[in-house]
Amino acid sequence: MTLRVLLVGTLALILAGGLPLTKAQAAGEIFIPLLVYRTGPYAPNGIPIANGAADYFTLVNERDGGINGVKITFEECEDQYDTKQGVECYERLKAKSPVLVNPYSTGITYQLIPRAPVDKVVVHSMGYGMTASADGRWFPWVFNFPMTYWSQASAFVKYVALQEGGMDKLKGKKIAHIYHNSPYGKEANPTLEELARRHAFELTLLAVDHPGQEQKATWLQIRRLNPDWIYISGWGVMNQVAVKEAAAIGFKMDRVVGNWWTGTEVDVIPAGDAAKGYKSMNFNAPGAGFKVHQDINKFLYDKGKGAGRRDGIGEVLYNRMVVNAMLNVEAIRTAMTKYGNKPLTGEQVRWGFENLDITEKRLEELGMKGMMRPLRVTCDNHEGNGLAFVQQWDGKKWNIVSDWIEPIRDVVRPKLEAAAVDEAKKLNYTMRDCAKEK
Amino acid sequence: MVDVVYAVLVAPFKDMAGSPAFLVEVLIGGVFAGLMYSLVALGFVLIFKASGVFNFAQGVMVLFAALTLVGLLERGVPVVLALALTTAVMVALAFAIERFVLRPLVNQEHIILFMATIGLNFFLEGFGEMLWGANVKKLDIGIPDRSFVVRGVQINELELTAAVTAALLVTLLAMFFQKTRIGRALRAVADDHEAALSIGIPLKTIWVVVWSVAGVVAIVAGLMWGAKSGVQFSLSLIALKALPVLILGGFESVPGAIVGGLIIGIGEKVGEVYWGPLVGGAIENWFAYVLALAFLLARPQGLFGEKIIERV
Repeated sequence: MTLRVLLVGTLALILAGGLPLTKAQAAGEIFIPLLVYRTGPYAPNGIPIANGAADYFTLVNERDGGINGVKITFEECEDQYDTKQGVECYERLKAKSPVLVNPYSTGITYQLIPRAPVDKVVVHSMGYGMTASADGRWFPWVFNFPMTYWSQASAFVKYVALQEGGMDKLKGKKIAHIYHNSPYGKEANPTLEELARRHAFELTLLAVDHPGQEQKATWLQIRRLNPDWIYISGWGVMNQVAVKEAAAIGFKMDRVVGNWWTGTEVDVIPAGDAAKGYKSMNFNAPGAGFKVHQDINKFLYDKGKGAGRRDGIGEVLYNRMVVNAMLNVEAIRTAMTKYGNKPLTGEQVRWGFENLDITEKRLEELGMKGMMRPLRVTCDNHEGNGLAFVQQWDGKKWNIVSDWIEPIRDVVRPKLEAAAVDEAKKLNYTMRDCAKEK
Repeated sequence: MVDVVYAVLVAPFKDMAGSPAFLVEVLIGGVFAGLMYSLVALGFVLIFKASGVFNFAQGVMVLFAALTLVGLLERGVPVVLALALTTAVMVALAFAIERFVLRPLVNQEHIILFMATIGLNFFLEGFGEMLWGANVKKLDIGIPDRSFVVRGVQINELELTAAVTAALLVTLLAMFFQKTRIGRALRAVADDHEAALSIGIPLKTIWVVVWSVAGVVAIVAGLMWGAKSGVQFSLSLIALKALPVLILGGFESVPGAIVGGLIIGIGEKVGEVYWGPLVGGAIENWFAYVLALAFLLARPQGLFGEKIIERV
């Protein structure tokens, strides 16, 4: 082979995309963009999330020298939780050849879903986004493990049943769902309606318009309805006002349960002591008592490399993003078992996500035993086998007050698969055969 | 068709008649909410009245005032001193706005001044965040937030306090505009800058006074709304709740801000509770605007706004 043939051949391969050597790859690194909202109305939620991501990725670099020796590079882009700005951020950072993205906004997630297969970037919307995308046969590039909104809603109903003495005791009970009047807020409604039909409880749906600063009319209706349980799907100021209104009308706080985006430290602060007893769903344990936190302190904060305040470590949303970042890292590590310890492409990382298997032993090695449940993702199930629990505010901190709750999967999965067909049709997707993919 | 007519025109009224205590609670809820909107609307009215400028930054001024107050309280400053210091900050802000924003733009079109307040809005938002951080802060100035029941009607102490405060503030402001020399000067400036100047009314002083008073109103609004939801950046969005009040009450009437607030507050609560469920709820935001627009069709200048007649 002459030099000329070699050069032409190499050039042809590059042009054909056969050697997609990116800037990060060329530097021997993996690039992950961080769409953050450290400013604006949603900053109180956005800051711990952004800090959690930056801290965990930095920890992996500082403590372990990267993922199997491959360093992670990341760059924050401020989107103020605004869909338009979030998409702009993604488009800008796309030039750096990311392998995955965590949008941290359902609105941005919906915008990125059609781009993912084109750009070959994995979209990981952990516990948010489009529920239907959990069907990996239709949405190979989107992952929402460890759980979806629908599974969460079913776990909430199961929790209520446990408190009432069994599923049969749900009959005749009154449950109100107060939700943010947005696609996100409405996500749980079909599941709740289906479960209300099956178990004969009375469901009342009460929408609250953005931003939710004024909810008097909603809580007047709650006073009249006098439900047995309230489930809240809120975000931002809606959460704080809802908790305060519930307390102000004297509703039993231990019968008010927020979803996992309605149960953070900032949600209960304005209500003060009146918020005591308020509950919320969660899938990541709160608190700073895990080994991973010790490492974060030792390798980052003791050396002045932490992204935020030391007392922010262990907050609900901080921990959620630490878990999120860990799952990203472990998915890449999984991909490396097949493709080698080197900078990977989006395609290769996607394989890692689809074959992710976080065992109890692995959680212990990561210093996160008890912080989340073991998780297994498959080609057709991008939600994984996650479980949820209920936490309760005691006036100072969140405490776990239930066992891990298995979602009612036989109700959720068929609805999810039907929804996936509908959503995929809109995008002209075809279903793949998972049996053929290994 | 008959069912729809029944659901819209009959059932809600039957519901009201069937449960009068609840109706009273809805109405009281509307009155309290309306007065809270009026508090925000007042700030807009004051500045518009004196300078013809629609102050886009009024919502952020509420936020900035509340952030300053809570920031001082968090640092251990006693409540009374914190309130005094916050007032001083808002007065200083008024001086700065007059010197660096309004004075260079004097005699410019109102749209130019409006654009300047948009700039001011984003500056104050960013500056406030830089100064005090973005976290949600609890505002506790000793106003109780419990509820009590009178003849089956539940009343919230915080909302009652806010309503009384708003009523007091409006009375004071109305007297200020009608009875004091400076109040009359403010109205003269609002009518015609050049004419006011020609009879010796100092424009600069008037602007500082009016922006200071709007700053004080912002403190009160920030106090009440901050106590309700915690002090956070969403506070600036309450300006959106004041807009239908302004459309309805007129941009230059203090009593209009109150009456407008009451109509919007009661209208949106009654609408949401009795008609909202027919369309899936969450109608109160847009219902307030529909209500305001309906009034606007009948009185384009708002309920209390001045009818503008120009020679052509």
